[in-house]
Amino acid sequence: MHVRRFEGHALAMAELLQLLTPEGERRHDPTYDVDVSGEELRALFRDMVLVRRLDTEAHALQRHGELGLWPPLLGQEAAQIGAGRALHPADYVFPTYREHGVAWTRGVDPVDLLALFRGVTNGGYDPAAHNFALATIVIGDQTLHAVGYAMGVQRDAGLDAAPGSAVISFFGDGASSQGDVNEAFVWAAVNDAPVVFFCQNNQWAISQPLHRQTRIPLYQRAEGFGFPGIRVDGNDVLAVLAVTRAALKRAREGRGPSLVEAYTYRMGAHTTSDDPSRYRVDAELELWRLKDPIERVRAYLLRSGAGDQAFIDDVTAEAEDLGAHLREACRALPDPSPSAMFDHVYAEPHGLVAEEQQWWQEYLGDGHG
Amino acid sequence: MAMGEPVTLASALNRALADALEEDPAVLVMGEDVGRLGGVFRVTDGLHDKHGDARVIDTPLSESGIIGAAIGLAMRGYRPVCEIQFDGFVFPAFDQITTQLAKHHARSEGRTRLPVTIRIPYGGGIGAVEHHSESPEAYFAHTAGLRIVTCSHARDGYQMLRQAIACDDPVIFLEPKRRYWDRAELGPVAEDLFQSRVVRAGTDATVICYGPTVRTCLEAAGLADEEDGVSLEVIDLRSLSPLDLGSVIESVARTGRCVVVHEAPVFGGLGAEIAARVTEHCFFSLEAPVLRVGAPHAPYPPSKLEHLYLPDVDRILDAVDTVRGM
Repeated sequence: MHVRRFEGHALAMAELLQLLTPEGERRHDPTYDVDVSGEELRALFRDMVLVRRLDTEAHALQRHGELGLWPPLLGQEAAQIGAGRALHPADYVFPTYREHGVAWTRGVDPVDLLALFRGVTNGGYDPAAHNFALATIVIGDQTLHAVGYAMGVQRDAGLDAAPGSAVISFFGDGASSQGDVNEAFVWAAVNDAPVVFFCQNNQWAISQPLHRQTRIPLYQRAEGFGFPGIRVDGNDVLAVLAVTRAALKRAREGRGPSLVEAYTYRMGAHTTSDDPSRYRVDAELELWRLKDPIERVRAYLLRSGAGDQAFIDDVTAEAEDLGAHLREACRALPDPSPSAMFDHVYAEPHGLVAEEQQWWQEYLGDGHG
Repeated sequence: MAMGEPVTLASALNRALADALEEDPAVLVMGEDVGRLGGVFRVTDGLHDKHGDARVIDTPLSESGIIGAAIGLAMRGYRPVCEIQFDGFVFPAFDQITTQLAKHHARSEGRTRLPVTIRIPYGGGIGAVEHHSESPEAYFAHTAGLRIVTCSHARDGYQMLRQAIACDDPVIFLEPKRRYWDRAELGPVAEDLFQSRVVRAGTDATVICYGPTVRTCLEAAGLADEEDGVSLEVIDLRSLSPLDLGSVIESVARTGRCVVVHEAPVFGGLGAEIAARVTEHCFFSLEAPVLRVGAPHAPYPPSKLEHLYLPDVDRILDAVDTVRGM
């Protein structure tokens, strides 16, 4: 059987939109570009350093037994910060469980993210306060919620008017094989829904490489559904920002959905329970280490004069403070009360739940448990 | 809703949807062929003409999409009423219903309500091809966070659908499709959406049923009375989650005998849950084990055999004879 492979490195790179090379050199693109001030560039750098520190700390907390699990974002900082910082406050985000960086840009307290993985809640924050939905763990389900939400945005504005705000749904290369994701593409297309499908292609779905999910580049899937797709260097925060801004603008103006494939790499394990040494080689990791999303911004900051070593040292110190704060705050998270599992099963009274809650309380009150 | 000419169940449901759309701008109707066609059973007939694409949505042929999108719409503040065209077509949406819709209120710690109603024509008896005659209620009743109700006639149909749409929890609204053409007068209903009802008073045995089997059980009770002078009390559960067993326990405490009837397979069905609870509450009143009448542990058969698969008057009366020691 002839197996068509497209993962040749040169070809993949040729298809990438890139505005900042791994060496920190600025490139320009006639369609997608971004004009960032020194202040904005410093802010993007700070975001990425802090979410990497958040991620590192959470990983350490899991290793110390303070969290049951952690899905690391290491290597995906530019994809998440670039996308998150392209959003307007009124836009709405449907994340996966790995979107710690996007959560950061939406003002979600990182301690609330830790709460889920510490096992003290199945949620942790108010979605409406941040326009940031609770993450779905069953892969791809959230893409349909995003389209439905976007259809609601359309109806609020009137079907003939520009929606005015946009919805973005995150998912990964593995999720692209799910039926729900493909249904979401169909629904978004036929409804011209104001939604951006943001795929972080981090090359691995636990142990399965990209070519076990697709025989064409993922961004090309969009064309078959009837909307544009583009592949962007997911380790280039400026390119991600530029492309996501354009896609969100298109959605807000009523020109329909689009797909952004952020080509990146999961530098860590799928989760702290995973062992990537069983299925991938170190050489691959080394190749991607040279394309680190933070290092190229550091180089560009220093080269362009937008930031100096003192600024970088300040951010590093701030990251250490964040780490110490998370460590302390995580350990201080209270366990839920034993009867909390009954509290919000239904919005309206439900006889069985009330009866069982009472039984449990009496049982525990008798010294059991 | 005023009294008047008897209307079919399908027509009563249509009126309920029309009135809900009229009264609450957040209500949307969505599903396959619900707009221009008016639904394959015409339950949504005329709604699209009046309310247009914004509120009566012909969806892609995609059941998981229907429920997934309804969840998103509900997060945005809408109150979607979804139609799943046939019982056997709900399973592509099973994940969205049980994983997402059912659990979201709990996951959000009460912050996000998802008032989604899922209408499903269910049950057999219309000579359909396979996957068009199933009774999936137990799958959903097993999942906390969902409410499951089922009407047995037009009057309940109108009232219960209005109440289901007004409920802030997700409600699976099961419509007994072979009763779509049965007529009843519309009018006020005393019961709350989640209350059972004694539909025929009796003294010798209690027969518990819901949805399509209510009429069958009433026919059985009529025959038992006429031919053998046996007095059966018939209870329409109406709600399957929560279960309202108050009237059931009171009844079985009096009759000492209980038969549960449903179209779904007996094994692992609602009848098992009801039998267990009746036994727990009425153990010292029971004169015989609680019996279940339902389908065998076999896939829904070709329609030429469905009259054997579905509970009928004879099988119900046979079970009644058994619990009466006859």
